[in-house]
Amino acid sequence: MMRQKRRVRVMVAKPGLDGHDRGARIIARAYRDAGFEVVYTGLHQTPEEIVEAAIQEDVDMIGLSSLAGAHKYLFPAVVEFLKERGADDIVVCGGGIIPDDDIDKLKEAGVKEVFTPGTPLEEIVNWVENNVKPRQD
Amino acid sequence: MSHIVEKVVAGDVRTVARLIRDIDDGMPEVREVLKGLYPHTGRAYVIGITGAPGVGKSTLVDQMVAHLRKRDKTVGVLAVDPTSPFSGGAILGDRVRMQRHSMDQGVFIRSLATRGHFGGLTQSTRSAIDVLDAMGKDFILVETVGVGQDEVDVVRSAHTTVIVVIPGMGDDIQAIKAGILEVGDIFLINKADREGADKTLSDLRLMIDMDQKKYDRGSWKPPILKVQAVFDKGITEFLEEIDRHAEYLATTAGGLQTRGTRDKVSQELGEMIKARLIEEVIDRLTESGDFDRAVESIVKGKTDPYTACENLVFPILSSSP
Repeated sequence: MMRQKRRVRVMVAKPGLDGHDRGARIIARAYRDAGFEVVYTGLHQTPEEIVEAAIQEDVDMIGLSSLAGAHKYLFPAVVEFLKERGADDIVVCGGGIIPDDDIDKLKEAGVKEVFTPGTPLEEIVNWVENNVKPRQD
Repeated sequence: MSHIVEKVVAGDVRTVARLIRDIDDGMPEVREVLKGLYPHTGRAYVIGITGAPGVGKSTLVDQMVAHLRKRDKTVGVLAVDPTSPFSGGAILGDRVRMQRHSMDQGVFIRSLATRGHFGGLTQSTRSAIDVLDAMGKDFILVETVGVGQDEVDVVRSAHTTVIVVIPGMGDDIQAIKAGILEVGDIFLINKADREGADKTLSDLRLMIDMDQKKYDRGSWKPPILKVQAVFDKGITEFLEEIDRHAEYLATTAGGLQTRGTRDKVSQELGEMIKARLIEEVIDRLTESGDFDRAVESIVKGKTDPYTACENLVFPILSSSP
């Protein structure tokens, strides 16, 4: 048992019916290269499943990806279930094809940041490094 | 500390999840918790599953969970994936195949990265097994890519060790056999609908039959089964073989009671002493600055690493050989 530096643990998840996970995989890879431990859940997850998995994995952040327009329901649902389970210390951010008009609403609902297509990977990684700290308690 | 023990024993998922991370991160505080948990361990049946990447371990584990749940058994899963040696990060993707169980309160799935720790993977995985055991899981499935001594040790510490191969990887079996073939209690040929399954079966059988004398003396003879995990074919028979192996362990020396055989306990204690000693010694040497000073003088050519090592270690042991 050698004390190690706490690592950031994140989960990359695809809620809903949209079956395109290329973006999510690229993000997962970028996170790995930044030195994070990345749990990938795969496609077609319900918000409840994502929250349950995030708790079991003790992640510091959940990154949600949605390309099919259901983000307005799915992203806030994840935030709500986290609250219900007493795990709202886990940061939620999202990305995908998300109209500008929706971004503020998602943020109001508790999604901490939203990344739209074209955002450089470096910017996303930097955001995580600055906004998500490994659990210290 | 004691409230953490109570919460783990009561099966609190969040407490268990956090504790496993603290173990993985080597937080010294967890030692007291692990001491408190120990009396609650020794009840779970641990199955180690190993094989090369892509042979279908995660899919197999997913099916095993489904079958065990049908038997009303609770299940803990530890899925180990490699850490990138370059960034220290890891993509833990085993869960993808098992997510259908994530809402099932009788199942706890945790992904672990191998990280860089020397001997540490074995230690931390074993402690994580203890936590899931204390939490009350009936079965604990540990999945690793069987590369490297650490990972072999992890699966060896299981009650039943399962080696998964696929047809057409003849050379792969060769590669595997030096390290891990000896430790298999059950061999699975997954994706058995593929060409070459029978050839793989006969290759394996030949290898296993070479130890016939051992089996004649009463040793366990590893069965070889053809399965197709993704189609749920052969899994029932596979679990029956696990039952049979458990029965064998229960009726032979040591049995499965609590911590298994004397051999396993002494191996575990030995490794723990090793890891703890190294940790304490290195901690002390770094804190006092002696370590850095020694590095400095080796770099400057004032001494050699052999002498430096002795000068550092002997005073700590307070008696030289």
